[in-house]
Amino acid sequence: MKRTTSALALLAASILGLTACGSGNDPLASETPAATTSGGSGEPIVVGGANFSESTLLAEIYAGALRAKGLDATTKPNIGSREIYLRALEDNSVQVFPEYTGALALFYDKSYTGTDPEEVYAHVQDIVPDTLTVLDKSVAEDNDSIVVTKQTATEKGLTTIEDLAPVAGDLTLAAPPEFKERPQGIPGLEKTYGVTFGSFRPLNPQGVVQALKNGQVDAANIFSTDPSIAENEFVQLEDTKKLFGSQNIVPLVRADRADEVRDALNAVSAKLTTESIAQMLKQTDIDKKDPKAVAQEFLSANGLG
Amino acid sequence: MIPSLVSWFTDPANWSGEDGIPNRLLEHVAYTAEAILVAAVVAIPLGLWVGHTGRARWLVSLANSARAVPTLGLLFVVSLWLGPRITGDLAFVVPSIIVLALLAVPPLLAGTYAGVQAVDPAARDAAKGVGMTPLQVLRQVEVPNALPLLFSGVRSAVLQVVATASVAAVISLGGLGRYLIDGIALGDYPRAAAGAVLVAVLAVLLDGVFALVQRRVVSPGLAPGGRGVSGRGKDSRSVEVEADSPSTPVRAPA
Repeated sequence: MKRTTSALALLAASILGLTACGSGNDPLASETPAATTSGGSGEPIVVGGANFSESTLLAEIYAGALRAKGLDATTKPNIGSREIYLRALEDNSVQVFPEYTGALALFYDKSYTGTDPEEVYAHVQDIVPDTLTVLDKSVAEDNDSIVVTKQTATEKGLTTIEDLAPVAGDLTLAAPPEFKERPQGIPGLEKTYGVTFGSFRPLNPQGVVQALKNGQVDAANIFSTDPSIAENEFVQLEDTKKLFGSQNIVPLVRADRADEVRDALNAVSAKLTTESIAQMLKQTDIDKKDPKAVAQEFLSANGLG
Repeated sequence: MIPSLVSWFTDPANWSGEDGIPNRLLEHVAYTAEAILVAAVVAIPLGLWVGHTGRARWLVSLANSARAVPTLGLLFVVSLWLGPRITGDLAFVVPSIIVLALLAVPPLLAGTYAGVQAVDPAARDAAKGVGMTPLQVLRQVEVPNALPLLFSGVRSAVLQVVATASVAAVISLGGLGRYLIDGIALGDYPRAAAGAVLVAVLAVLLDGVFALVQRRVVSPGLAPGGRGVSGRGKDSRSVEVEADSPSTPVRAPA
């Protein structure tokens, strides 16, 4: 019984620990520096990245371009999903983040339905919090997409997401865990297309590709620039009703640091294209090259660093 | 943190359906039970054999050194390896059970082996002296006497597995780990904290259940102060039982 008693004591202690966290919304607050208001030039700049390879690559490109302008820029990749990293920007633990116009618009305005690239970009400029600002968007786009294997597409006659509606009840969808509750995720598929999958497998982005490849799931949520689509001959279902909207790549930065980074990052946005990103991702994901080296190559080739 | 945790627990939406606490709790207990069963089938007979014969003791040290293998890393390796070879749900279930069972083998094996090893040689000799076969010695003398240590092995295996079964959620399965993984992915910290609290509570409860079972199953004669190995039970009857019946440790489990 001694073990039980000590386990109870431990539990009590851990609950006390939770209480000690106070009412802040970030239980890991001690790890992030307190929000500073100074933000003067010359302070280091941290470029964050989300938990997928394209975001890591873009973070390296941004950081490389900033360094070429003489700024002290480092990267902090793999922070997590949007729900996590936007908080890191708001509390100033990162200052620059590669973002996507449509997803950003929908994050701050859950009911937003615009799909035109210019409109979405204009809306994003209006609704991001005052502490943040977006710089120029690039033409490069990376959208969410629903993909199936070639075999499934042929057997069930699928070319668009709409085609899934009558058959989805027997199918399993794999996607990152947050897809289940995001407005553009499962709720959006149901509302816009009447598509309800029979079951859902929450996996990390690499796991999603593996599960589709191995036939453990029938459909998967994979980014449209992901090189695994071509590599495995997956079929991307057309988003006829524009559920996923426009997703141009755009630098999201702290408003108080915008002047320092504007020129360098706008120059990057001007050079990025969907094709160049897809080609770089092939190098990082399929050929397993270091994202930093691939980013540097892109910067040198475009006279950015 | 505490108010949002309380409101998470009091929200009726979190108590029903696939994502509800009862279902996630059941899944968690099911993964734990499956892993412990698989591990027990392998480790307990092996431990009895090693303890009884005194052969292949290196197996115990080998299993103990396997504790150093990181479960999450092993889970990725096993699921990547088995993924293309298994179809359907099993592709996720089998790797999870394998890594959890591997976690449970060392304490089970060590507990069983140490329990048999520590049996009073006099009791063993006496059993041989009255004409018991080696199998009878094992079943009627060594196993009952090994129970206190065997049980502590089982309890530490259960604690480890129940605390680690959350990793199943990493490869898309359910269990309480779902709250941790989804809570973190969505930035919903009350949900993640609730998952952690639930795992801790479940671990304490299960340990309590096994403590009770151990009390019922282990012979009172093996309680502290008894003449066998030092046990964990605190039954006061043990004193008188021991006084008038020196053969107590030989009794079969109740």
